[in-house]
Amino acid sequence: MKIGIPKEVHAGERRVATTPEVASQLINKLGFEVAIQAGAGAEANFSDSAYAEVGVTVVQDVKSLWDSSDIILKVRAPEYNPDLKKEEVDLLHKNQILITFLWPAQNPELLKKLAEKEVTALAMDSVPRISRAQKMDALSSMANIAGYRAMVEAAQHFGRFFTGQITAAGKIPPAKVMVIGAGVAGLSAIGTAVSMGAIVRAFDTRPEVKEQVESMDAEFLELDFEEEGSGAGGYAKVMSKEFIEAEMALFAEQAKEVDIIITTALIPGKPAPELITEDMVKSMKNGSVIVDLAAEQGGNCKLTQAGKVVQIHGVSLIGYTDLPSRLATQSSQLYGTNLRHLLTDMCPEKDGKVVVNFEDEVVRGATVVMSGEITWPPPVPKLSAAPAQAKEDAKVAPKPQEAKPSWMGPAMTFGIGGLALFGLGAVAPASFMAHFTVFVLACFVGYMVIWNVSPALHTPLMSVTNAVSSIIVIGAILQIGSGEKLIMLLAGLAVLITAINIAGGFAVTRRMLEMFRK
Amino acid sequence: MNPGIVTVSYIGATILFILALGGLSNQETARRGNIYGIIGMTIALLATISGVTGNYGILIGGLAIGGAIGFILAKRVQMTEMPELVAILHSLVGLAAVLVGFANFLGPAHHTGVELTIHDIETYLGILIGAVTFSGSIIAFGKLSGKITGNPMLIPGRHWFNLGLLAASVYICKMFVDQSAAGHGGGLVPLLIMTGIALLFGIHMVMAIGGADMPVVVSMLNSYSGWAASATGFMLSNDLLIVTGALVGSSGAILSYIMCRAMNRKFLSVIAGGFGTTSGASAAAEGEQGEVVAMEPHEVAQLLKDSKEVMIIPGYGMAVAQAQHIVYEITKALRAKKINVRFGIHPVAGRMPGHMNVLLAEARVPYDIVYEMDEINDDFPNIDVSIVIGANDIVNPSAQTDPNSPIAGMPVMECWKGQTTIVLKRGMATGYAGVQNPLFFKENTRMLFGDAGKSLDEVFKAL
Repeated sequence: MKIGIPKEVHAGERRVATTPEVASQLINKLGFEVAIQAGAGAEANFSDSAYAEVGVTVVQDVKSLWDSSDIILKVRAPEYNPDLKKEEVDLLHKNQILITFLWPAQNPELLKKLAEKEVTALAMDSVPRISRAQKMDALSSMANIAGYRAMVEAAQHFGRFFTGQITAAGKIPPAKVMVIGAGVAGLSAIGTAVSMGAIVRAFDTRPEVKEQVESMDAEFLELDFEEEGSGAGGYAKVMSKEFIEAEMALFAEQAKEVDIIITTALIPGKPAPELITEDMVKSMKNGSVIVDLAAEQGGNCKLTQAGKVVQIHGVSLIGYTDLPSRLATQSSQLYGTNLRHLLTDMCPEKDGKVVVNFEDEVVRGATVVMSGEITWPPPVPKLSAAPAQAKEDAKVAPKPQEAKPSWMGPAMTFGIGGLALFGLGAVAPASFMAHFTVFVLACFVGYMVIWNVSPALHTPLMSVTNAVSSIIVIGAILQIGSGEKLIMLLAGLAVLITAINIAGGFAVTRRMLEMFRK
Repeated sequence: MNPGIVTVSYIGATILFILALGGLSNQETARRGNIYGIIGMTIALLATISGVTGNYGILIGGLAIGGAIGFILAKRVQMTEMPELVAILHSLVGLAAVLVGFANFLGPAHHTGVELTIHDIETYLGILIGAVTFSGSIIAFGKLSGKITGNPMLIPGRHWFNLGLLAASVYICKMFVDQSAAGHGGGLVPLLIMTGIALLFGIHMVMAIGGADMPVVVSMLNSYSGWAASATGFMLSNDLLIVTGALVGSSGAILSYIMCRAMNRKFLSVIAGGFGTTSGASAAAEGEQGEVVAMEPHEVAQLLKDSKEVMIIPGYGMAVAQAQHIVYEITKALRAKKINVRFGIHPVAGRMPGHMNVLLAEARVPYDIVYEMDEINDDFPNIDVSIVIGANDIVNPSAQTDPNSPIAGMPVMECWKGQTTIVLKRGMATGYAGVQNPLFFKENTRMLFGDAGKSLDEVFKAL
């Protein structure tokens, strides 16, 4: 099948849906034909010749590219193409497959139009957040870039160093950064700020991300409040009124102290919650910076203006909505790879033929229009990404439910054991019981000690216990002094063979342990 | 020497032995642990020898000659032969227990009444366990070194046979105690008969156990050698022997338990012998399941070069082919290319607990890239290439999917969840469990046939 990649038409969009590297894999590994509109990758620093080198056809005419392709890969949802003076949706033809960001919840009109065109559309933003689909999760890969870039933008508008220094010209205090929302973007921003030397604090309604925040050397701000903020699919949900009040108090207090605030709080399908009020902005020091990653959805601070930097109350409010596009080379690379993974999944035979298989949970989730029928929203994925796993790499292994052992078993064991001991105690003489006590205690000591032995050292354990059990040599030595020839001979032989064991066991253990090294 | 000082020395030795075992909890402290063990043994020997009244020549000679033999053995043994060495050393402990038991029996009696009965039973048990350990270890040695076939030898009615032997030894025990009570010197005949029965029992028990269960057998014999020492300690009223024996005994018992759990088998069913004896039908019915895709060494090298995450899963085949060194050469070459190579070790890979770890350590593989199955199994979806070297049952997906499989429920390395699995094998033979492995027929599995050492040599050259 033929894949077509048109140039993005959205104003300021620099990304492109496929890089030469990804294209070569689509051609060589999956057997597709790939065509690209001339100049599509120019803004992301991929020249037409680089594409042509790996076997991509460079097409001058946009119209014919749309017409001749079976699959269209894009970054932004279809919109008005000012060059052609035509809606991109109208360029689609029946049974074509469109894969791009679509935001079906925000664009019901677009979905209808796509359905009328009888195309199949897959929304990259609707790929379910299950572990298998992580490699296709374009939202995460874009959020990662947005978080990094947000911090870089903040640094540019911030008049000081991030890192603290003591110089001959005086002391420089480190910048204090607060990141609200520790999702992929938030974590990426945290990592960037930490590596630049700032003091970073982060807040999130989902308590399970605390570990991730702390693993990046940032401080996790906690509310003294019990409420679980994890919604389905690893996203946050709307919190109760009391919780929000406590949260706002925390932000108000932090705003007075910190120099930079990055907000990334988004709730799927809803306008962004207002977290930073005008009063908080006023309370911030002059020269402080707020980067609002939710600017496109209304902003976490009402003062931010989408797509612009504004100075209000001495604070720079950055509301860029095209942060990934500002790192076009990198984001095209990652987005293209996400697309390639999705296509790999949809092309099981690797013969260049795509199958939209609704049995595949990932494909089902991403498909919003199937041959003219709106199939969004998909059925709720049963496998909610283990909350912590949706972001970054922290893994929470589900604890297998242990079957409750019946109390009968241990009771029987103890009962029989107790009876046996009682019987033994009734007939055995005191001297025996003394030894027996030692024996039982030693068994328990052994039990406790051996469980701690590292499995990697089981072989040395066996050889050393083997050497140690040759302590039986003592029995032989005690008898070797006997006057009787036979006893002396038996004991002598026993000494000989246990000596082999002692020397051999310890020596071989030593030899093995010498080999274990870091 | 003053008995108080001897006792104190024994206490010291006991503590040192416990520290020696405790030291093995991790690699850093393990060497120190071994030194504690050596010091403990030296103290115990010196304290005991100080009480010897005669025959120094034989004593010192025995120690010197035995020690020399032991050192030479330890120096010469190949790391791949470790299981054999451990097995043969176990047999020596068993034999020593038998000899000490007889020597004690032939010596002058100090006991009367109930104490005599108990002492006799202790002697009897010491010899019994010692003899089972001795003959069992010899057979295990034979099986491990390939001198005896690894297949379980199953004689008809073997459970009844074992029960009969058990009943006979109980009966003979009674005979022995009666005769011994009757007067000094009595009971030698029953004791000798029992020794014969115990030897036979040891042989039969290990003969019936299949090669794949060897890790359990070796750790079980390890345990027995401890119990033999403990029983001897009771016989001689020597607490040091009792304690040390109990430590070793419980150590071996725990190891056996860990090995059984790793195979999802019950200890009793391992001991009762035979693998795959009941469900041969299911294994046979599956038959061939599809086509395998073979690969050439240079293709494997290419695949490895293109990957980011590589997992190596060694099995007994790596030990047989002595391939651990070339494996590490490949690992170094790949790691130099910034490819993350790790090792995943199944608890029962090889023929002895921890066998693979020792081999990799010998090849100087740093232990922090060697992981246990439980640590690594969740990572397989992120692995680009898994290399299975001479392992079969431990990577068999039917353990999870086929409830009729003889290895159903056994924890396995889930390498098929990665991108590609390369299996190095000599041919299409089944593993010790005798089960066909659906892994080989999976779409993302490639086979590299031939001796693992030679194949890997070629892969390394192509790298």
